[in-house]
Amino acid sequence: MTKITMTVNGKSYSGEVEGRTLLVNFLRETLSLTGTHVGCDTSQCGACTVHVNGQNVKSCTMFAIEADGADVTTVEGIAAPDGTLSTVQQAFQDYHGLQCGFCTPGMIMTATKLLEINPKPTEHEVREYLEGNICRCTGYHNIVKAIMAASGQEVTPVAAAE
Amino acid sequence: MPKDSGIGASSKRREDVRFLTGVGNYTDDINMHGQTYAYFLRSEVAHGKINNLDIADASAMPGVLKIFTADDLTAAGGVPCGWQVTDRFGNPMQEPKHPILAEGKVRHVGDPIACVVAETLEQARDAAEAIELDIEELEAVIDMKAALNDGATKVHDDLDNNLCYDWGFVEENRDAVDEAIKNAHHVTTLELTNNRLVPNPMEPRVAIGDYSRGKDEYTLYTTSQNPHVIRLLMGAFVLSIPEHKLRVVAPDVGGGFGSKIYHYAEEAMVTFASKVVNRPVKWTCSRSEAFVSDAHGRDHVTKIELAMDENHMFTAVRTETYANMGAYLSTFAPSIPTWLHGTLMAGNYKTPLVYVNVKAVFTNTVPVDAYRGAGRPEATYQLERVVDKAARELGVDPAELRRKNFIKPEEFPYQTPVAVVYDTGNYHATLDKGLEMVDYANFDKRVAESKARGKLRGLGIAHFIEACGIAPSNLVGQLGARAGLYESATVRVNATGGLVVMTGSHSHGQGHETSFAQVVADMIGIDENMVEIVHGDTNNAPMGMGTYGSRSIAVGGSAMVRATEKIIAKAKKVASHLLEASEGDIELKDGAFSVAGTDKSITWGEVCLAAYVPHNYPLEDLEPGLEETAFYDPSNFTYPSGAYICEVEVDEETGKVDILGFTAADDFGNVINPMIVEGQVHGGVAQGIGQAMLENTVYDENGQLLTGSYMDYAMPRAADVPNFSVDHSCVTPCTHNPLGVKGCGEAGAIGSPPAVVNAVIDALHRGGHTHVEHIDMPVSPARVWAAINNK
Repeated sequence: MTKITMTVNGKSYSGEVEGRTLLVNFLRETLSLTGTHVGCDTSQCGACTVHVNGQNVKSCTMFAIEADGADVTTVEGIAAPDGTLSTVQQAFQDYHGLQCGFCTPGMIMTATKLLEINPKPTEHEVREYLEGNICRCTGYHNIVKAIMAASGQEVTPVAAAE
Repeated sequence: MPKDSGIGASSKRREDVRFLTGVGNYTDDINMHGQTYAYFLRSEVAHGKINNLDIADASAMPGVLKIFTADDLTAAGGVPCGWQVTDRFGNPMQEPKHPILAEGKVRHVGDPIACVVAETLEQARDAAEAIELDIEELEAVIDMKAALNDGATKVHDDLDNNLCYDWGFVEENRDAVDEAIKNAHHVTTLELTNNRLVPNPMEPRVAIGDYSRGKDEYTLYTTSQNPHVIRLLMGAFVLSIPEHKLRVVAPDVGGGFGSKIYHYAEEAMVTFASKVVNRPVKWTCSRSEAFVSDAHGRDHVTKIELAMDENHMFTAVRTETYANMGAYLSTFAPSIPTWLHGTLMAGNYKTPLVYVNVKAVFTNTVPVDAYRGAGRPEATYQLERVVDKAARELGVDPAELRRKNFIKPEEFPYQTPVAVVYDTGNYHATLDKGLEMVDYANFDKRVAESKARGKLRGLGIAHFIEACGIAPSNLVGQLGARAGLYESATVRVNATGGLVVMTGSHSHGQGHETSFAQVVADMIGIDENMVEIVHGDTNNAPMGMGTYGSRSIAVGGSAMVRATEKIIAKAKKVASHLLEASEGDIELKDGAFSVAGTDKSITWGEVCLAAYVPHNYPLEDLEPGLEETAFYDPSNFTYPSGAYICEVEVDEETGKVDILGFTAADDFGNVINPMIVEGQVHGGVAQGIGQAMLENTVYDENGQLLTGSYMDYAMPRAADVPNFSVDHSCVTPCTHNPLGVKGCGEAGAIGSPPAVVNAVIDALHRGGHTHVEHIDMPVSPARVWAAINNK
């Protein structure tokens, strides 16, 4: 067992981990931050996406000890301290960018990162950037729309009946 | 003006905030005090005899509490099947035992052999590796037709052969259909495969068994679409636990698409194990494990013949289908290729004679059961492909051939030759709407524009019908369902006027917590936020058959409406007492009761308070309290329908297909929340495009699953699908449920695959590759290229 320390969502945590403990397991089990999800075991689905030292990382693909000393942000750290949703989170609700919610934490982390590095992406760029995040519910239509809206670009409004 | 609340409003989903901020409560997020971990040792071969299974050394490994094998489960029943099909000779289907853990034989890769329970997951895994297992590999039965050959190796030694049933529908029409095909002016024939799919909800299955010795009670937390069904099946048929001692909780569930309907062996195993080890036992499925243990979907091989007269009117349809059951019968498996498939083979058309033959076959593969659409996508795919081929052979417009044969709007209710009665529909309207949305009139210009860029453009139409909202219980009982499919709801009004609605429907992405509240709030005329929807726990709603078959709003929603009607009726009695007026004169509007023709009124909240803590109350006539339960059983299925139109561009050099546009014009009856309905269609269409273009489940001849992870199984990603154009403005309300709703969950996955394939074939024909009559799904670049080049 190795003792590690990392900053998660602005707070310092320490814990004992085995060499084989994955970052996602440390977050979910040791720190009880269960917002980060595990949807596959081949680093394909992206439900476990977090930010490590400012980079988008699939936390199932990184050992916890590799994150020793790192600054980690998970989906629990995206909203404001008073609970106000971030622009991206709010857009996902406004444009129905989620259904079952299981891939959503990864989508929020990836979308947040995209808009940091590319504040006005084209729809094509959004779709390409999401290549590492699988959603089975939405058909991506409203995820893409939510991200475009969060970037301040005009999108068609949600459906409304007369 | 768009509505901003109640029925018809695109209310934002209240469930979103917890999912967006990472505080949802999925089963794997639950950790119990003193929890242990289960790991299943599974078969690595498709078919084999267990010659030796020695757990002695493994049991002594660090942290191991107990290793379970079939020997520990002799008192338990097998995993039950919920539907019995009678074959065309009047005999019951062959139904093998489905043991929780393998009894002497393994029958598919992934078949569980032993369950290790240990202090940590790593210790459980390590111990599983130390189990001494000697399996004598037997010949695997993979191909369905070969499985039915005389002398073929049997999947189950105690059955006569690998044929589960040979079903005919409508059997009495068999000869008449043969005759009609013999005498037809033209017959179009098509052989096709409906590719096997893995449902792949993003949340893998999880089950936690928690036995309380203090109370002698069991709790199962599980990723289920129908916790009450699991309680019934597991309690009554597998573990003999009475319902008052067994609680099943399905909290936030990360998608289902059918695969989380069924009672799975792992649920029974962890429940049983938790009593033996006297600790909670948690099992979390890995994705690789899900590929070999979640029920798969589709997997039909079909020959369809469509007969027409000289006016191009359809005179008969005859099909022969081989349907893969896999190694065991999953909960609903026998009903999918029969009653959920054969009854839809009239499609939207007035074909007078239909005969459907289905041979269900056991193979050494994972069990196959319902996947989004379940039987209806298979029916729609065959019909809409063969109609398209017929139009091409006859040299007529495929839209026109459909229109000509459609049931006309004035002909509803319409008795089909395949048992069901369509209550309402207007197929001409949805087709016209879809064609208008894609600017069908100017398609030729777009073909020319693509041609100028060296690409082949094609347009594919499909028009689907489905039967949703199952029950009706009496009917499904006659068709072999071993339980009626009622739904229940309990509406509890709190003293200050807020409501809690407990429903047996389950929401795992559908947004029921929002849309169900819209309905109840609308009925009373109060703010939606005064209504809380509670689901997913057998301790709440009295009974529930759960969520599948697009039944939640049509059946569960109707139960909720009936319970709310009872609440309103009682509340009116209370109001009439308080207002000193006759009950018949009391009106409820905008959350207030008033006396007709007067200015006397009292608010909803005042009546609720009076119902619970009255000073002045007609106790001799009326009990205090406001809580009502209703059970609802519909008198018929609902029949959503719609036009699905796909436009593609094919690169002749590579065979690559690009989807340029996808349009869906649906008739779902009345719509509660248009935003949610459109989201359901988007997701269904993406799954249908996935089936048509990307997804395929491939076994080799030895029964090894070659597509066992996301590295090999092509899930649709954001760049694989286009934006969708969807419309639900063509409305013919359902006539037999109180909301006039039809259901929208499966439509997208049903209508889209034939539209995609029809578009690809259309593009190839327009490009001169007229020898290509069909390409099986997925229409991958390799298959399209081969079809173009293999003349």
